[in-house]
Amino acid sequence: MKILAIAEQRDGSVRGVSREVASAAAGVAIGHEGEVDVLLVGGEGIESQAGEFNGSGAARVLVAAHGELAEYHPDGYARILKGVVEAGGYDAVFLPATSQGKDLAPRLAALLDVPLAQDITGISVVNGALELLRPVYAGKAFTRISVEATPVLATLRPNVFQPEDWQAEVDVESVEITEDPASWPTRIVSFEATGGDIPDVAEAGVVVAGGRGLKDPENWNVLEDLRSALGDSAGLGASRAVVDAGWRPHGEQVGQTGKTVAPKLYFAVGISGAIQHLAGMRTAGTIVAVNRDADAPIFKVADYGIVGDLFEVVPRLTQEIRALKGEG
Amino acid sequence: MNIIVCIKRVPDTETRIRVGDDGTSIDPSGVKYVLSPYDEFAVEAALRLKEARGEGEVTVITLGDDASQETLRTALAMGADRAVLLQGEVTADGLATAKGLAAEIRGSEPPLVLLGVKAADDDGQQVGPMLATLLGRPCATAVSSFETTESAVVCRSEVEGGTRVLELPLPAVVTITKGEYEPRYASLKGIMAAKRKPLEKKEAQMGPSRLQVKAMELPAERVAGRIVGEGPDAVPELVRLLREEANVL
Repeated sequence: MKILAIAEQRDGSVRGVSREVASAAAGVAIGHEGEVDVLLVGGEGIESQAGEFNGSGAARVLVAAHGELAEYHPDGYARILKGVVEAGGYDAVFLPATSQGKDLAPRLAALLDVPLAQDITGISVVNGALELLRPVYAGKAFTRISVEATPVLATLRPNVFQPEDWQAEVDVESVEITEDPASWPTRIVSFEATGGDIPDVAEAGVVVAGGRGLKDPENWNVLEDLRSALGDSAGLGASRAVVDAGWRPHGEQVGQTGKTVAPKLYFAVGISGAIQHLAGMRTAGTIVAVNRDADAPIFKVADYGIVGDLFEVVPRLTQEIRALKGEG
Repeated sequence: MNIIVCIKRVPDTETRIRVGDDGTSIDPSGVKYVLSPYDEFAVEAALRLKEARGEGEVTVITLGDDASQETLRTALAMGADRAVLLQGEVTADGLATAKGLAAEIRGSEPPLVLLGVKAADDDGQQVGPMLATLLGRPCATAVSSFETTESAVVCRSEVEGGTRVLELPLPAVVTITKGEYEPRYASLKGIMAAKRKPLEKKEAQMGPSRLQVKAMELPAERVAGRIVGEGPDAVPELVRLLREEANVL
């Protein structure tokens, strides 16, 4: 089984989720007489990042470098992917289920005339064919799906597939680019960063999420302190109620009509646990809830709970975690 | 400026999901269906653009069975001018759906086609960019707000850690996410008017569905954990459990 894993880079650095996708592909391919190629698209010099895939299980990294590809361009990337996929004769093509991957994969699907399974959380091989597991209704249910077309095209949810270490070095090959950027209709105007270096809630390894219990948007510094104590991989999340109230940006919303997340650790602070919120975070590894109301539904899914005033509990938690990490 | 908005009928987001007898889809009994929330944002965006320009027509299109007429009427009650029901089977294969929509839209060439970023049932998040690609148009996804000129649309697309601003020449396809377009409630007058607005039915010209749902399952119930304690005094024990038992700190 020959699989192509599409890498994602930003500002010239490969994003961690790329290695998850390469490893997941290798996990499938290696047991089925297959091999994995990684396609890395980026600006001049991006080949220096190919070594990031050593040990990922991939055999080759195909590098498509061009000055006009440094930043994600939907038209350009889709056309380059189409060329590489068609030339390579792949049985499956996997992308990260990031904003970029979920924007790019449908275009590729239409160009290749194959169906697409977005945001999958499981891959298995049944009678020689791939079977994909994907959440629907924001995680309230899962479907097992098969695809009657080649290649099987899917995006993989971040944080679900753990990167492996296979100790093998990759070969690097470059992809000839015949595309003319002048023929790409979309014009990239600008990128406006928000939230500095804080990882997005959908990709964060640890999430600190807040709800109505915070009482006022000014009080988010309490959560931000906890988040920063937890380290660089921690992100901020929010309930629908506080997003609807305009306290927090929609990009932080967890649940149906927001993001579905799977961090290893999730703190639900002042969140009662509406059904649509629970759907979005129930696949987290460990859930901690802090709430005044001992009967709040959030405690029914939480592994650990503290009943009490979050304005007393959370600062103490921040303090203890800082002490634990030797910063106290 | 004429605008087409593609919409979908989905279970209300507060619905408790049960698997139906076929084992591959939900049990629809007792389920309340609504216009998908992201599609509501798209309808709202189209109506605001029409109102700001003082001209143009907003057409809503859906693909589904006769029950979807109710969803079209909801959009008409909000202020859309006319509706088209493409009668066909809603499948898990977004490309089949996109082909059905493309067959309807191709040739009519409205400058702007809007969709919700994803449907709040299968979360497929693909029909918009697929439709754009099939029509040979540029597309921006997850757009929280946009502005149009005579020849272009400038979109604010929400991505991890920020906003990408993209300019697309018209005609274009844009998928809308939560942001600028908080949907209006239909007025009583709007609801009455919707009953008289044109609703055309025709057979969908879809591609075959090549994505098969073999089984639908509910996630394993999380076992409720324990209340570690009350108030800040419980924090040291919580931290110990997170470190030694859950092994996550």
